[in-house]
Amino acid sequence: MRFALTAEQLELGSAVRDLLTGACPPEVVRDAWGADGEKSRVALWRQLADLGLLGAMLPEEHGGLGLTEVDLVPLMVEVGRAAVPLPVAETAAVLVPLLHEAGDGDAVLLALVAGDLVATAELEGTGLLPWAGCSDRALVRRGTELRLLDLTGVPLEPVATVDGSRAATRTPDLDGTAVNADPAALERAWLRGALAAAAQLVGLAQRQLDLAVSHTRDRRQFGVPVGSQQAVKHMLANLLLELRFCVPVVQRAAVSLAAGSPEARAHVAAAKAMTSRLAERAGRTTIQAHGAIGYTVEYDLHLYVKRSWALAGSWGSAARHRAVVADSLGLPPAVDPSALPWEAAR
Amino acid sequence: MDLTWSPAEEAFRAEARAWLEANVPTGLPSGDTREGFAAHLQWEKKLFADRWAVVSWPERYGGRDASLWEWLIFEEEYYRAGGPQRVTQNGIFLLAPTVFAFGTPEQQDEILPRMAAAEQLWCQGWSEPGAGSDLAGISSRADKVDGGWRINGQKTWTTRGAFSTHLFGLFRTDPEASRHAGLTYLLVPLDTPGVTVRGFGRLDGDEGFAEVFFDDVVVPDSAVLGGVGQGWSVAMATTGSERGLTLRSPGRFLAAAERLRRLAVERPDAVTATARDGIVEAHLRAEAYQLFTLAQVTGIVEGRSPGAESSLNKLYWSELDIALHETALELLGPEAELDGPWSRGHMFTLSGPIYAGTNEIQRSIVAERLLGLPRK
Repeated sequence: MRFALTAEQLELGSAVRDLLTGACPPEVVRDAWGADGEKSRVALWRQLADLGLLGAMLPEEHGGLGLTEVDLVPLMVEVGRAAVPLPVAETAAVLVPLLHEAGDGDAVLLALVAGDLVATAELEGTGLLPWAGCSDRALVRRGTELRLLDLTGVPLEPVATVDGSRAATRTPDLDGTAVNADPAALERAWLRGALAAAAQLVGLAQRQLDLAVSHTRDRRQFGVPVGSQQAVKHMLANLLLELRFCVPVVQRAAVSLAAGSPEARAHVAAAKAMTSRLAERAGRTTIQAHGAIGYTVEYDLHLYVKRSWALAGSWGSAARHRAVVADSLGLPPAVDPSALPWEAAR
Repeated sequence: MDLTWSPAEEAFRAEARAWLEANVPTGLPSGDTREGFAAHLQWEKKLFADRWAVVSWPERYGGRDASLWEWLIFEEEYYRAGGPQRVTQNGIFLLAPTVFAFGTPEQQDEILPRMAAAEQLWCQGWSEPGAGSDLAGISSRADKVDGGWRINGQKTWTTRGAFSTHLFGLFRTDPEASRHAGLTYLLVPLDTPGVTVRGFGRLDGDEGFAEVFFDDVVVPDSAVLGGVGQGWSVAMATTGSERGLTLRSPGRFLAAAERLRRLAVERPDAVTATARDGIVEAHLRAEAYQLFTLAQVTGIVEGRSPGAESSLNKLYWSELDIALHETALELLGPEAELDGPWSRGHMFTLSGPIYAGTNEIQRSIVAERLLGLPRK
């Protein structure tokens, strides 16, 4: 038993963190909201590829880093902390391992790992395709079948999203090419996507909390720092509490997924259920802790809050994942108790 | 990351499980009543006889030299088997770590074996009528006399004080010193002349609380634990145990979440969407607490002290315990008002955010020491 990251895992995490501190400051996320953001996105994608992040889960003999889901979690936490405005999780956690396991799409796979192509993925089937506006390829699901769409030159229908950096469009009506994936591979792809979202939500919450702590230490009202007031302290303590207890749950999900455990499904569900709730708490708490400046788009906080909101609902909402947990516990279905005691059940 | 147990740890678990399944008593009355306490003492003596009372202690004191991991495993198995409350907990989980850390060899040899054997029954004498959360505000005093100390004052909210034989507590030995300074940790046999103990009812009506009066009670110099005037820092060592994992190991909440799950399976007609979600929440939080603890124990084993993080433990377990019991009452519906394990359990959970430093105090500690927010 040793439930902690190894020195190598911590090192890789801080390497990604260092890179993103320089390469993805709030200005880059903010740029991605506008039409001028494409240049910095392309440059950032290249840097992430050079670091090996995009091919993190590809075996070393194929040019990747040969990492597992467990190694990937601290990296995705950093991607979240920086709110990277690119489909890093979709590429590194979903597409690369999937295409490698499927044994096809070699050219696409190599181009993704090299950073020559950007690819997004959406498996819930909502009809919305986040990151499509900055992607060359997209993985989508038709029934139980996975299709890889080539977005090159395809006219896409942009949709306005709360997080303006998401570059989301309607899912285009393209046939694409089939990706060889059995139901187990499809489930693994879904679970990896949910895990990567959960890990990003941890990093995003940490970023929001850091901003709120820094602001409430500096900001003075009534002659004292706002953060010396007990009401403010307790609000931020509650957020740290929730955050700190999400971390091991996300790590455990990665361990189960990497081990191919039958419990992986329930463990990933626990991780995403808890971090989706964490996202709600983080946004509400940190906006409140900032006061009026938190309720603006001029200050950086909203970049991270809005990404959290987007990820809270993506790759399965809290409700969906809580239902998976309920199922794993063998709970009876919910009854509707709205009838009065002498009336027939509705 | 390695979430597996070694063969030796698995063997330890199997041995503990087999013994507990064969020996855990069922239907014990509450240990917070005089008759119930006596019944629990029989169980404690049985645990001791087979060396399960204090598994992590050295063998010479009745333990098994078990690692922290094995201790966690034992706790998990104990509660999984439906083991009853530990009426000796304030000794074995709160005082003992302090005796191990600060006691003289003579104190250790005198106290620890008797505590393990449930012969010395210890209660905690910290709170006073004028000093609860503000522990440094205590006014009970101990004045130096030839060869010892003369104690005067009053302690209160002393859990199972009316059934205990000994009290450990903080007393003011230097009235000139301010607050945290000038306190001394003293060990007091309750049969010392001048001690009066009066039991009274907790929220559930059991005589689980006591107030303890000291009128010119004289104890020898050997009653001092950890040095005269050092009481505050000695006491803080116990506080960490009380807030953190020692007193409230995850096994307890995993077992409670499993009882809640079974309650729902037994009463499918009561499982509304709200209750169902409450059960999921209880399960998620109990597991999160377990996982947090595994990470924390990894840190302790590798030499990192949890420090102020024990406040996070305390906030989390105390609040998950309340929510879990509220969901059980929801499932029970009109039967929730019956005096029974869930309604009693619910009342007990309401003490969690109060004892060991209220949750409001813990939140301030988290904000100041973990987040670095200014004290004032």
